[in-house]
Amino acid sequence: MDKTACEMQVEIKNADGLHMRPAMQFVDIASQFKCDITVSNEQTSVDGKSIMQISMLAATVGSKLNIKAEGPDAQEALDALKKLVEKKMFDEPPPKDKKNL
Amino acid sequence: MEIKKGIAVSPGISIAKSLLIDSEDYRIPKRLIKPSQRMAEIQRTRNAFRAAANKLTRLQEKNDKIEHSKIKDIFAVHLRYLHDRSLRKKITDLVLSESVTAEYAVSTTLREIASHFAKLPDAYISERAADIYDIERRLLRQLLGNKREDVEHLTEEVVVIARELSPTQTAGFNRQFVKGLATDAGGRTSHTAIVARSLGIPAVVALEDLTEVTSGADVVIIDGNRGIVIVNPDDETIRQYEKYLHEFVEFEHKLDAIRQKPAVTRDNVKITLLGNIEFPDEAESVLQKGGDGIGLYRTEFLYLNNPSEPTEQDHYKAYAETVKVFEHRPVIIRTMDLGADKYTQSKRFAPEPNPFLGLRSIRFCLRNLVMFKTQLRAILRASVLGDVKIMFPLISSLQESRQAKMVLNDVMEDLAEESIKYNKNTQLGIMIETPSAALTASSLARDVDFFSIGTNDLIQYTLAVDRGNELVSTLYTSGDPAVLRLIRMVIQDAHKARVGLSVCGEMASEPEYIMLLLGMGVRMLSISPPMIPEIKQIIRSVTMEDCNNIARKVLGMNSERQISSYLRNAISKTLPEVF
Repeated sequence: MDKTACEMQVEIKNADGLHMRPAMQFVDIASQFKCDITVSNEQTSVDGKSIMQISMLAATVGSKLNIKAEGPDAQEALDALKKLVEKKMFDEPPPKDKKNL
Repeated sequence: MEIKKGIAVSPGISIAKSLLIDSEDYRIPKRLIKPSQRMAEIQRTRNAFRAAANKLTRLQEKNDKIEHSKIKDIFAVHLRYLHDRSLRKKITDLVLSESVTAEYAVSTTLREIASHFAKLPDAYISERAADIYDIERRLLRQLLGNKREDVEHLTEEVVVIARELSPTQTAGFNRQFVKGLATDAGGRTSHTAIVARSLGIPAVVALEDLTEVTSGADVVIIDGNRGIVIVNPDDETIRQYEKYLHEFVEFEHKLDAIRQKPAVTRDNVKITLLGNIEFPDEAESVLQKGGDGIGLYRTEFLYLNNPSEPTEQDHYKAYAETVKVFEHRPVIIRTMDLGADKYTQSKRFAPEPNPFLGLRSIRFCLRNLVMFKTQLRAILRASVLGDVKIMFPLISSLQESRQAKMVLNDVMEDLAEESIKYNKNTQLGIMIETPSAALTASSLARDVDFFSIGTNDLIQYTLAVDRGNELVSTLYTSGDPAVLRLIRMVIQDAHKARVGLSVCGEMASEPEYIMLLLGMGVRMLSISPPMIPEIKQIIRSVTMEDCNNIARKVLGMNSERQISSYLRNAISKTLPEVF
């Protein structure tokens, strides 16, 4: 009944960015929810449940992504994804130094 | 209708639907399909996704204990891709909108994604392109693997079209339904040509881009007499070809009449005609076509048809079956001749930079003694069943010949110790197919009972021409003076040493060279079974005096062109119906 739609912004914080394995984790979490999930950067919007599309975003450390969820469990989905991206950082380390030459 | 011209390598005419075999090692050509075939192609795509995912899941379970979490991650990522509906849809949409094959759609889509990754500035992420290529290969392997199974389980007649055919592919052919072969690459002595001749089906090679202009299930005419392939012929052309086919069959029937007559020249010189065979079930056809025995029993099929190395019993069964058919007639079994052109696809042999000059054939056997001895044991055990002879391929020095002979003696001793019966007088021969063997034939002759001149390799090594490379294949010719002088030398040395001599390369089944070979002193030829009647007819139409004259003239000539035209002229005078 209630078609909830929520949106939020996340920042990629792990050093290697959204490469294959993080993309897989992202898609795995997203796929646990019923709602539709769309992820966008400045150029394009993609399906948050497709590993092909998410990995092709090739988001590097520091880049910001907009996540939009539409459906009954939209808020839960966003919470879970935010936790994965910003808190757990895909179980990967952050950059060692901000400016590492 | 599209007419393509290539090189005719096996005679006959076939009209049938085409079956295309792509290769994951080459770029998949863009091939259009009929709109009505699109649904089937989409289904193939879906099946390939499912099968590739299943296979990967099983692989993952098998490797579950592996500690490397990196490898596990790679499997898991590939699996997510194979389950990704939007990827699958991207591919099936391409099939639908552009009417292309599943193979092409898979390959194009994934390469597009890979190049997207490769272009990214971030080095770590751009390396992921490799994963995408892996996924492409997983899917293609399913699509092409199923195609390969199709060839094994055919229910209607087809002609097979491919860029080139490898022994592993042709070994699985269902021979009842494969009616012709046509390839983009190849030359007169390529594997495709040899297989087609041994199966007695027409083949045309060196068609350059045939696989790009043909699509699956097109009607194709293969004219192995004139080297022409016609894709989607019009009704008039089909009618013409059906008439031509009818005439050709009648010509074959006329040849049938001489099958049981002896191969003697008009002045009563007896020539022994033997057959070259690739599989045991061709043995019958040698007899049917009027051959006197087997001059070259290629044993590579035993290695190529088996997922694992053949056992002694596998070898023995294959040899015993054939030898029994021939009773007291000779059966010359050539030991394993793999490597270089013939086994490169297998992972068991690391790729060599220059395989034709590498560890192939007898060299490989001498480095893999357990395997070599297994084969020799089986041949010796079969030797009590008939007239079995053993032949070593690619001997290039006296030392090599002696080494191989020593291994054979070891095996004989082992058998004697185990009280296993074998013929102690089994004749031993070597193939003369390198210039070094030809030049030292007089010393090689002391250790063996017979020589067989393998002209295919002898020509390629003498003229430094890769017979399978269409860019230089025109330089490959039996009529080169250098080749003829080497052959003459081998014949003379064999006669002097009183050892047996035969010619078993393709040269022996080229009509224009028969009179020359007889004139040079050859009395035994080993050729592909379907060619036996035609060559026999030539022998029965000539006199040795004519042959001697021709040989004398030709050996005094200096240019290949002069020799070829002289020989063609000579044969068309003697036997106008052949040319």
